[in-house]
Amino acid sequence: MKFLFDSDTWQEIYGSIRKNKMRTGITIIGVLWGIFLLVVLLGATRGLENSFNKAFGSFATNSVFVWTQYTDTPFKGFQKGRRFNLNTKDVRVLKSEYANEIKVLAPRNQTRNLIVKDFKSGTFRVSGDYSFLDQIQKKKLIYGRFLNSRDISLIAKVTVISEDMYKQLFDKGVNPIGQYIKINSINFKVIGVYEPSPRINIDGDTAYIPFSTFKKVYNTANKISWMMITANKGVDIEQMEKDILLTLKNLHKVHPEDERAFGSVNLSKEIGKFLGFLTGMQFLTWFVGIATLIAGVFAIGNILLITVKERTKEIGIRRAIGATPKKIRQQIILESVFLTTVAGMMGIIFGAAVLMLIDYQWGRGVDAVLVNPTVNIPIILAAFTTLVVLGTLIGLIPAHMATVVKPIEALREE
Amino acid sequence: MIRIEKLHKSYPIGKDSLHVLKGIDLHIKEGEFVSIMGSSGSGKSTLLNIVGLLDTHDQGAYYLNGQLIQGLNEKKAAILRNKFLGFVFQSFNLISYKTALENVALPLYYKGMNRKERLIIALDYLDKVGIKDWANHLPNELSGGQKQRVAIARALVTNPKVVLADEPTGALDSTTTDSVMDLLKDINNEGMTVFVITHEEEVANQTKRIVRLKDGVIISDEPTIASKNL
Ligand SMILES: Nc1ncnc2c1ncn2[C@@H]1O[C@H](COP(=O)(O)OP(=O)(O)OP(=O)(O)O)[C@@H](O)[C@H]1O
Ligand SMILES: [Mg+2]
Repeated sequence: MKFLFDSDTWQEIYGSIRKNKMRTGITIIGVLWGIFLLVVLLGATRGLENSFNKAFGSFATNSVFVWTQYTDTPFKGFQKGRRFNLNTKDVRVLKSEYANEIKVLAPRNQTRNLIVKDFKSGTFRVSGDYSFLDQIQKKKLIYGRFLNSRDISLIAKVTVISEDMYKQLFDKGVNPIGQYIKINSINFKVIGVYEPSPRINIDGDTAYIPFSTFKKVYNTANKISWMMITANKGVDIEQMEKDILLTLKNLHKVHPEDERAFGSVNLSKEIGKFLGFLTGMQFLTWFVGIATLIAGVFAIGNILLITVKERTKEIGIRRAIGATPKKIRQQIILESVFLTTVAGMMGIIFGAAVLMLIDYQWGRGVDAVLVNPTVNIPIILAAFTTLVVLGTLIGLIPAHMATVVKPIEALREE
Repeated sequence: MIRIEKLHKSYPIGKDSLHVLKGIDLHIKEGEFVSIMGSSGSGKSTLLNIVGLLDTHDQGAYYLNGQLIQGLNEKKAAILRNKFLGFVFQSFNLISYKTALENVALPLYYKGMNRKERLIIALDYLDKVGIKDWANHLPNELSGGQKQRVAIARALVTNPKVVLADEPTGALDSTTTDSVMDLLKDINNEGMTVFVITHEEEVANQTKRIVRLKDGVIISDEPTIASKNL
């Protein structure tokens, strides 16, 4: 190991590298490109994953949304094309029949309405909700609080509005909490302002009011627009979705095979698709990265082999004046390791720089495509170590070649 | 210094083998200045390479400095070369991307000497062969004679027991040949054993002993007039 810290060893390596600029350049580019690709691809995949987590992060991912459409099959004396609504009875039945499976069931009523604050106004979605909606889609509040169960039972005329609505309806700097806005010409007290969740935002700019208040104001009786259902841990959500739909079809006298009567979205299925895509991306990243790396290392080995052949005579001279095979081997292997190390480090640095650029260009703001594209240090270290080990191993071949021939044969080479 | 007994060497050529050295007996004492002559293909280089441990022999015995050379591994051979032998080649064999000074210093590097020390010594030897001013030039900036002086300095720098030179003047004109020969004579006068291959009678006559080789055997081995004059 002493030779590693010997300035002469490095002087020799520097001399041989400087003399063979072309080969050094090609070698470095080969490995650099491999590790660069690995870093950038891994980082980009991670960025995608992060942006995905950010988007779905506020959602309970094991959720099913159910709503009604119109029937496509005549059944029990009903014509096809019948329209109907979900109602509070459905909610009760589902809650009792699926007590073990359902964690949260949020019935929702929604409409659009003009909302007025003094001289400002706008048309927004108004949503009658229960306080536990928060458990399905977490609301990030800037001011105040979300609806609570007391608001529901008191049929309170309170509302929680989005940040954009606040900006549109209120003067700048005004504290909206406790102020009144008119929804459907009725005064509602603002109790909270939320920040819309990025991208996956099924409600948009909505004024949330208590479910009970909505029923009274819009006279919806027992009707509900749709429901969000979150399953308990360990529940087969696809099966639950099927079972619930079947129960609902039974309740509403819909043909069991009717595909159009109910609409539903299984969030976990959608997410599953995307996760599958992500896994594919990751696999591809590793595959491409590692294949490129190996190709790079082989390029080094190959080029070293060529140089050793080119330098047979030089090696012969060195041996004639007293270089032991060990010395010759050390120098060639060290050269290989040095080149791979430098190229690897440059690849990592360039890769990191590109990731920073990506982050700067596409990683900012709420609708960022790639959020915080980073790579794990241990992963990079592992890739780097593999690279150096491969570099050493591949260096062994030319090193061996350089010392098996008799010195006189090497010297005779022209 | 060098003792060779019934030495044989063949090169395999396809299925056959070419018998090049056919029983050489030669004894060179310390401080001798010997030249080998003989027609092309008579086996001069083969003999010198065996003496220089660059090649191995098939039969017979070879003692270098009293040590029997047999079944030597490459590591030991390299160390012996570094310690006892200095080479001068017809085609100089300098490393093209190293300066004259670095070329001369290289054997000392393999000896394990530190850089500062070896550069001082190398410069000393360049001074000795008269081209100190060219120390920092690359080989392709030097004339043939200058290159051969660098090669001689490199052969001498480890202070070996024997200098082996395979046609050191083969690529030089008569003036530079004389100056290179003067240099070798000086070295010999300092007590070093010098062993030269040459084609030129004038060169051989400047040594003290001429060994003539023909078809792999020694046909004559006589002291020169130059040695008798001393
Ligand atoms: N590596 C080798 N393989 C096969 N044959 C060889 C090899 N080296 C030398 N020979 C043959 O051995 C014979 C002696 O060669 P050697 O180089 O010793 O001759 P030489 O006396 O030095 O000749 P020259 O004066 O031309 O240098 C020649 O016939 C040559 O062809
Ligand atoms: Mg010859």
